Amino acid sequence: MHFTNSNHTKQNKHRPIKAKSLIHKTNIDIMDKVMRMSSEKGVVIFTKSSCCLCYTVQILFRDLRVQPTIHEIDNDPDCREIEKALLRIGCSTAVPAVFVGGKLVGSTNEVMSLHLSGSLVPLIKPYQSLLYQAN
Amino acid sequence: MLSHIVLISFVFFLKFAVEGSMNSTSTHFVPPRRVGIYEPLHQFGMWGETFKNNIGNGGDMNTPSHIIIPNNQKLDNNNLSEDTSNGTGGTPHMFDQEASTSRHPDKIQRRLAQNREAARKSRLRKKAYVQQLETSRLKLIHLEQELDRARQQGFYVGNGIDTNSLSFSEPMNPGIAAFEMEYGHWIQEQNKQICELRTVLQGQVSDVELRLLVENGMKHYFDLFRMKSAAAKADVFFVMSGMWRTSAERFFLWIGGFRPSDLLKVLLPHFDVMTDQQILDVCNLRQSCQQAEDALSQGMEKLQHTLADCVAGGRLGEGSYIPQVNSAMERLEALVSFVNQADHLRHETLQQMHRILTTRQAARGLLALGEYFQRLRALSSSWATRHRELT
Repeated sequence: MHFTNSNHTKQNKHRPIKAKSLIHKTNIDIMDKVMRMSSEKGVVIFTKSSCCLCYTVQILFRDLRVQPTIHEIDNDPDCREIEKALLRIGCSTAVPAVFVGGKLVGSTNEVMSLHLSGSLVPLIKPYQSLLYQAN
Repeated sequence: MLSHIVLISFVFFLKFAVEGSMNSTSTHFVPPRRVGIYEPLHQFGMWGETFKNNIGNGGDMNTPSHIIIPNNQKLDNNNLSEDTSNGTGGTPHMFDQEASTSRHPDKIQRRLAQNREAARKSRLRKKAYVQQLETSRLKLIHLEQELDRARQQGFYVGNGIDTNSLSFSEPMNPGIAAFEMEYGHWIQEQNKQICELRTVLQGQVSDVELRLLVENGMKHYFDLFRMKSAAAKADVFFVMSGMWRTSAERFFLWIGGFRPSDLLKVLLPHFDVMTDQQILDVCNLRQSCQQAEDALSQGMEKLQHTLADCVAGGRLGEGSYIPQVNSAMERLEALVSFVNQADHLRHETLQQMHRILTTRQAARGLLALGEYFQRLRALSSSWATRHRELT
């Protein structure tokens, strides 16, 4: 994602340099955007309204007394790019993508594995609300 | 018996006679004649197996009553001719009647004879068909008995065929056919492993050997999840329906398999001595397993709702075409990931139990779990047999 000198020095009149840097810029932009969205405090989940596994993950966090920040990306104009970025970051499936404290936890598989091994609750403990003692 | 044979040969002869007259252009009619016992035999070959069978049964043909000589005139004619071919012998064997009668009654005669012949043939065909049905029915009963026997021994017998019903599953796709075969082998291997665990735990066994058995047992379950994943890609509805399992197992079906929380419920009473840490870990596991299960169940419900909305989209009453068939298909694709998630949950539950328990406890756990499913399978076959005895 960095500019190479060859683009500037070679003076390639056939290749529109402007367009290429624009594409790069968009990629960086998207990554920045994703980073910004995921770094919000607490649990952040990227979802799609049509995805029922996303709903599953949301239900699970609700049961754990956590109110995650939901980013429904199918309403975002950059939806496709965001999906690609999420996959690039290392999420097994683009949605649901779960971040806790700015760090990627993973998709449904990873969340389930963590929970069954008992490692999920300690991770989200600072973000659990004390409003209700539901099981 | 002799009269039967004479009668039968009479019938055959008549048939050839009529066929002969039908093949030739003139309206000839071969008179019947008395034939010896051996004559019909080489005529049998032309009639095929079915009639052979009928004759073999002692001549229970009803046809003797239908040997009607169409015209008395023919009897008087002593022009014996051997028509041993199938009627294409041609003119030298045919008896010329045109001289004696006018054309018209001849045609009527011929038509009547043809009708009789057709009726007789049709009766014979029906008889053959019924015979085949009887044989098939006997074969089927025999097969069902075999299935029953195999089921009682705890082996999987598949295609979801209940021993009561004669319904057959629709033509399978190769992925599913392969899965069913593999599952059959899986069950056999499972039974072997359970037997081995039982024997080994009754006696003295080294920890190393026990650990190996436990590893194998775990791997065996993980193999099943891998198989199911491939099958879900081939036909997710097949996996979801649980048709590859026995009826009692199907009763407890949850997203294409057993409930992980059920697994824990079955296993826990079998661990008599557990450390405090173990008890705590197991408690936590039960809770997280239940929460994960509930979340998945609710996700499935949402999937059902959205699919129903999709199918009922637009206005009902305007035709069978789903307006948004593409999004409906997408919903169905999501089913595959749900099945995979459910299996992942089962996998993780087993994995965690393995982590929490000692080797010996894990061995006992695997044995208990295996026997539980064996009992369910045995219950299915008992139920099927009982049902049959009542009918």
